[in-house]
Amino acid sequence: MDKFTTHTGTAVPLRRSNVDTDQIIPAVYLKRVTKSGFEDGLFSAWRQDPDFVLNQPERQGATILVAGPDFGTGSSREHAVWALQNYGFKVIIGSRFGDIFRSNSGKAGLLIAVVDQDEVEQLWQATEADPALQLTVDLKERTITAGGRVITFQIDDYTQWRLLEGLDDIGLTLRHEDKISAYESRRPSWKPATLPIKVASDS
Amino acid sequence: MGKTLIEKVWDDHVVHSAAGEPDLLYIDLHLVHEVTSPQAFDGLRSAGRQVRRTDLTMATEDHNTPTIDIDKPIADPVSKLQVDTLRANAEEFGVRIHSLGDIDQGVVHIIGPQLGITQPGMTVVCGDSHTATHGAFGAIAFGIGTSEVEHVLATQTLPQAKPKTMAVNVVGELPEGTTAKDLVLALITQEGTGGGAGYIVEYRGPAIEKMSMEGRMTICNMSIEWGAKAGLIAPDRTTFDYLQGRPHAPTGADWDAAVEYWTSLRTDDDAVFDKEITLDASALTPFVTWGTNPGQGAPLGAAVPDPASFTDPVDRAAAERALEYMDLEVGQPLREIKVDTVFVGSCTNGRIEDLRLAASIVEGRKVADGVRMLIVPGSARVRLQAMDEGLDKIFTAAGAEWREAGCSMCLGMNPDQLAPGERSASTSNRNFEGRQGKGGRTHLVSPAVAAATAVTGTLSAPADLN
Ligand code: SF4
Repeated sequence: MDKFTTHTGTAVPLRRSNVDTDQIIPAVYLKRVTKSGFEDGLFSAWRQDPDFVLNQPERQGATILVAGPDFGTGSSREHAVWALQNYGFKVIIGSRFGDIFRSNSGKAGLLIAVVDQDEVEQLWQATEADPALQLTVDLKERTITAGGRVITFQIDDYTQWRLLEGLDDIGLTLRHEDKISAYESRRPSWKPATLPIKVASDS
Repeated sequence: MGKTLIEKVWDDHVVHSAAGEPDLLYIDLHLVHEVTSPQAFDGLRSAGRQVRRTDLTMATEDHNTPTIDIDKPIADPVSKLQVDTLRANAEEFGVRIHSLGDIDQGVVHIIGPQLGITQPGMTVVCGDSHTATHGAFGAIAFGIGTSEVEHVLATQTLPQAKPKTMAVNVVGELPEGTTAKDLVLALITQEGTGGGAGYIVEYRGPAIEKMSMEGRMTICNMSIEWGAKAGLIAPDRTTFDYLQGRPHAPTGADWDAAVEYWTSLRTDDDAVFDKEITLDASALTPFVTWGTNPGQGAPLGAAVPDPASFTDPVDRAAAERALEYMDLEVGQPLREIKVDTVFVGSCTNGRIEDLRLAASIVEGRKVADGVRMLIVPGSARVRLQAMDEGLDKIFTAAGAEWREAGCSMCLGMNPDQLAPGERSASTSNRNFEGRQGKGGRTHLVSPAVAAATAVTGTLSAPADLN
C-alpha cells in the first residue's frame, strides 16, 4: 500500500444520502476474478443517466468524492472500495459512513475523511460553483483546504497511522517478520509439507 | 491449572502476542480453491508480493466444477473463468494444484486428510466455512475470507482473537443404525444454529472415541452449522492408524517424534473449559431436517412440528417461514415426505465409508420410480477406490447416477441443481433456501437414510426396507 501524506485534486459532489454498497457496485459486477477493473460497475445504475454528476465533463479526472450522510452502508462487499479506487478516487469526504465500508477502506488505503454535515454542504456548494476547485487533503494535519478555507476532519489515530505509514494488514504483520522467521526455524522438521508432491503408491 | 487441547494447539502457534492485539497465529496448512482465491492472488500481484510458503499451500478445483464430461472444456463461463484463473495463479506463484482429472483432485476437505497432509496439532485454514472438518485430527481448522486468504498467502500467519473454549461431552454410545451424521444433526437441533458462536469446541466422550476418522470428520465438518469457529477431537490410536502410510505422513524416526507430540495433545484432567454441554448419544435414532436451517431437525419417526410449539418467537417465526418454503404440513409424519432427488456426497459425507454404507443399502434394490439418485464421491481417489470395490456397479444397477468428484449439489454452483420446487434428501450440510438450486427444498440426512429414501421415495431409514 502506498503511503498517504497529502493529496490534491478536484472533487465530485454526490448529493445523496444512504448510498449503500449495492448502489456503489451492484452484485452483477462481482463475478470478476481481480481487484481491478470494477470502475465500470461504480454507481452503474445512476451512470445510465447522462445528467448524473459523474458523467459531467467537468468532473472527469476528479479524485475526491464528497458524499452524503451514511455512505457505504449495507453488504460487506470489499468490491465497493475497489470500485471507488479503480475509478480513481483517493479520498471520500462525508459526515457518516457504514462501519464495514469504513474499515474496508482503511485496509485498502482509501482515505475516509469525516467532517460535519455543514462542512459537507459548504464543500458541495464550493465545488458546484467551481468544478475546477482544487482540494488539498493533508492526512498528518487532518485538514482539507478548499479555496483558502481550512477545515479539520476526523479519523481514528490507528487508521491515520496506518495510512501515513502505508501499512495494510499484511504490511503490519510483516513488521513482525523476524518473529515469523524465528517461529519457522523452530518448527519440527516432520511437520507436513505440500511440496515436494508425494503420490500414493498403490492405486 | 492444566490446558485444554484447544489451548495447547493454539499456544503452539502464537508467533506474536501483545496486550490489546489479536494473537498472530502461524498457519501450518493453507488450502485454496477456485471460488475464494482469485482476488487474493490479484492482491499479491498488485502489491508485488509472493506466496511466502508454497510448501504449506495446496490448491484444488472443486466448488463449481462439473461432475460429468470432465475431459471437455467447462461449459459455464463463470466456472471456467474461475478455474482457469486458479490454474494460472498456481502456475505463476508456484502453488501445488490438483486440477480436474488429476488423481488427487477432490473436495478440498477430503483431499487434505486423504493425502495425510492434515495431521494432529496443526492450524489449517481455507477460504471455505467447512474447514473445521480437519479438526477431526486434533487440528485447529477454520474458514477465512478472501482478504485473509491473501494475508495467509503473503505471511503464512493470521491475526486472530482467541475464542472461548467449549466441551461437547457426548455420553453413551451410538445405537445400531445411527451414524455420526445423526449425532451432529441432533446436536445442532439441541443447541440451535448460534449455540456455538464465539467458541472453538472439543467433541469428546465414548461415542466419539469409538468413531472412525470418517465419522469424526462428519461431526467436525458441521461445527460451523451451530456457529462454532472450529471443532476438534483429540487424536488417538484411530487417528494415528488412519495417517500411517499416507503419502505425506511422517516415516521412521519422524513418525515416532510426531506420535510422541500427538499423544500429548489431550485436554488435561484439571483443565477448565469456558462452557461444557452434554448430548446423550444412546437416545439417538436416525435424524433428519424439516426446515431451512440445520437446527430445524427431528427424529425421522417424528412429525413436522407445529411452529406454535416453539416458545421463542424468533424460532416460531422461522419455523413458520420454513414450513411454507418447504411446503410441509404441521403434523405430517416425516416418513411420508416424498423426495425427487437423493444426493450422496460433499465434504460431510462423500468419503469411502459413506459410499460403502449407501451401497450396502441399495444393493439388490432399485431406486424408486421418479427419484433421481446422484452419487458424487468426495475425491477422485474415493471414486477409484469405490470402483475397485465394485460400489459403482451396485449404484448403477440400482438406477443411481455415478459421477466424478466435486462439491456438486452440495451448493449447486455447477449444473447439479434442484429445479424450483424439487425436494431432496441430501447428505450435505446446508438446507438453506435455494442452496441446492433456486426454489429447491433440502432435507439433510445421513448416507444410510439417503440410500433408504432413494429406494422408497419417501424419507426412510434402512430398517424400513424389509
Ligand atoms: S462439499 Fe459443500 S460444504 Fe464442502 S467444501 Fe464443497 S461446497 Fe463447501
